[in-house]
Amino acid sequence: MPTLSEADSRVLVADAGVPVSAFVTVTSTEEPIDIDFPVVAKLCGDAIAHKSERGLVRLGISSPDELQAAVTELLAAATPEDGDVSVLVSTMIEGRRELIAGVTIDPQFGTTIMLGFGGILAEAVADVTFRLAPITAVDAGEMIDELASQKLLGEFRGEPAVDRDQLISLMVGLSELAAGRDDIASIDLNPLIIADGKPIAVDALVEISTTKTSAATINTEKGA
Amino acid sequence: MPDLRPLFEPNGVIVAGASTHPGKFGFVSLHNILRCGFEGQVFALAREEGEILGVPVLDSPDKIPHGAAELLFICTPSAVNEQLLRDCAARGVKAAFCAAGGYSEAGPEGTEAEQRLVAVADELGIVLAGPNGQGITSPPAHLCAQITAPYPPAGSIAIASQSGNFVSSFNNYAINAGIGVSRSVSAGNAASTGVIDYLEWFADDPATAVSLIYVEGIEDGRAFYERVKPLALKKPIVVLKGGATEGGQAAAASHTGALASNDAIFSGMARQAGIVRAATVEEAFEAAATFATQPLPKGRNVAVLTTAGGWGVVTADALTSAANLDLAPLPDDLMAALDEKLPPRWSKGNPIDLAGGETRDTIPEVMELVAQHDTIDAVVYLGVGIQSNQASLMKDGKFYPDHGLERIVSYHERQDARFATAAAELSASTGKPILTATELAVAQPNNPGVAATRDSGRLCYPTSNRAVTALDHLAWYASYRQRHGA
Repeated sequence: MPTLSEADSRVLVADAGVPVSAFVTVTSTEEPIDIDFPVVAKLCGDAIAHKSERGLVRLGISSPDELQAAVTELLAAATPEDGDVSVLVSTMIEGRRELIAGVTIDPQFGTTIMLGFGGILAEAVADVTFRLAPITAVDAGEMIDELASQKLLGEFRGEPAVDRDQLISLMVGLSELAAGRDDIASIDLNPLIIADGKPIAVDALVEISTTKTSAATINTEKGA
Repeated sequence: MPDLRPLFEPNGVIVAGASTHPGKFGFVSLHNILRCGFEGQVFALAREEGEILGVPVLDSPDKIPHGAAELLFICTPSAVNEQLLRDCAARGVKAAFCAAGGYSEAGPEGTEAEQRLVAVADELGIVLAGPNGQGITSPPAHLCAQITAPYPPAGSIAIASQSGNFVSSFNNYAINAGIGVSRSVSAGNAASTGVIDYLEWFADDPATAVSLIYVEGIEDGRAFYERVKPLALKKPIVVLKGGATEGGQAAAASHTGALASNDAIFSGMARQAGIVRAATVEEAFEAAATFATQPLPKGRNVAVLTTAGGWGVVTADALTSAANLDLAPLPDDLMAALDEKLPPRWSKGNPIDLAGGETRDTIPEVMELVAQHDTIDAVVYLGVGIQSNQASLMKDGKFYPDHGLERIVSYHERQDARFATAAAELSASTGKPILTATELAVAQPNNPGVAATRDSGRLCYPTSNRAVTALDHLAWYASYRQRHGA
């Protein structure tokens, strides 16, 4: 199934109310980049879904010179199969805790919304919870309360507690996005870094379905 | 929504395929209906006239007075059942339970036969349950129309299951616990009437307080969710789910998809819909039995009342781990009131360990102080039956009834019965759950403390952990209702 580029994915989820880290895209080293350092640079394109596995991510870039070098390298790493590419440069977000949120279509239950703990251990730990879209703010609050690692949501190593209201509105926004369109096959916000208590998506991947899902028609029946 | 009243409260029953062979469905079902005291008329249909268990056997539905039997119990082969439905509809039958197999479980031809049977039932306006199911019980209507044994006492748990054997399991638990059942039904192939249809009817059934279901596959999960959600706010629903189905793991490029096991989504759906999901068979039954017999807690604060230290400590651990319960802090005024009743060595906190300091009236008095206090939402009471346990060793020993044993045995037994009764009465008067747990529930089921708990209509939990698990389900459901505006 086709995926949107990270840049297009970010725009889509940001419009739905998901906070995303500040970013710009460039297609050459000639373009001026106005962004606060440190930054992250990634190769970005519709056909590029697994950037980390291909080594297409540069973290902790702290100066314009370093960024120039990274952009050159990443553009050179693109293959013909990648199609049109750009380099996405985004502000590096600091935070010890990572969540994952997303949308997936279940063959039995239709569009579902997920929230869980993210990061490299996400799939091993599988501290996740699901609801069927659309969800209400009450549902979103219950999802947060259902995560097993509740202590990680409170004050943590000098960082404030996770902003519950922001996380709820992010989840409801994600649900409205998924319920409002019938061509979204999946959305991944992985990770959502908790920075100063606020969840911020530093990566987004939206998969577009070529056939319309049946779930979306149900979503319109009862509302929230 | 189909009216299932003729299935569960028929005025009379026809057994089709009645047999003189005690091993056949057509005998067993007739036997069970008669044996369990169904008060309506019972008719037996077979190819040849005769008599079975004192019931005259009729060779044609035409011989049944019109309107005398609303329920048809089918034990005849699939080839004759469409005509049977037509003939019986003409005699006023409104519901049929098809125990016979040979339908969709038996391959493509069976699937076609099943579709024809459903079409005929729809055309005639007959409620069709099964086929290939074990039957129904409806104890308030004194009805045991099933090909398996367990016939529970009348109560308020309604059971519907995709597996007939789980109906039997839950009914057996009900018999053992003395917590009764309002309806039970094995959905069989669920060709026309499925678990969700039963749930919808149970939700408005005055005899039912809680529904208990077993499901494996749900074909259209989204439709199930949409239909079940309004029901769970009316009455609690407890689900035991077996198996993970194919296709639950979305083959997507996303991490979300990789984490989306069918089981995880089912759990999320259940929580979103307000359904209590139990992990094991006994947990499912005990949750349902608790919903059926205890009031919902208004908050998370639980007091533990114990006659021995270790029991209280383990229960405190369980409460601390429970997602929806807390070990209640004891406020000063309650502490002061307890100080008046208990010796100085009492635990001075929760768990309230009586430290062996109980006099004749201590347990009921302390229980009353605790249960009536505004800050306490529920009580777990440990230690009932312990006096009678000693009494039983005295009673069947060689020194009885001399040496004052007759008198002390009688005292112990009266006391335990009194404690159990006090727990039920205080629960009723305060509107708070009071759960009684002791291993004697299984080790010595006729212990007067255990028996009095049962006689009070409450479940005597075999361990405090199981009491806490059941109470945790009640607390979750109560909080769900508050959050979702019930």
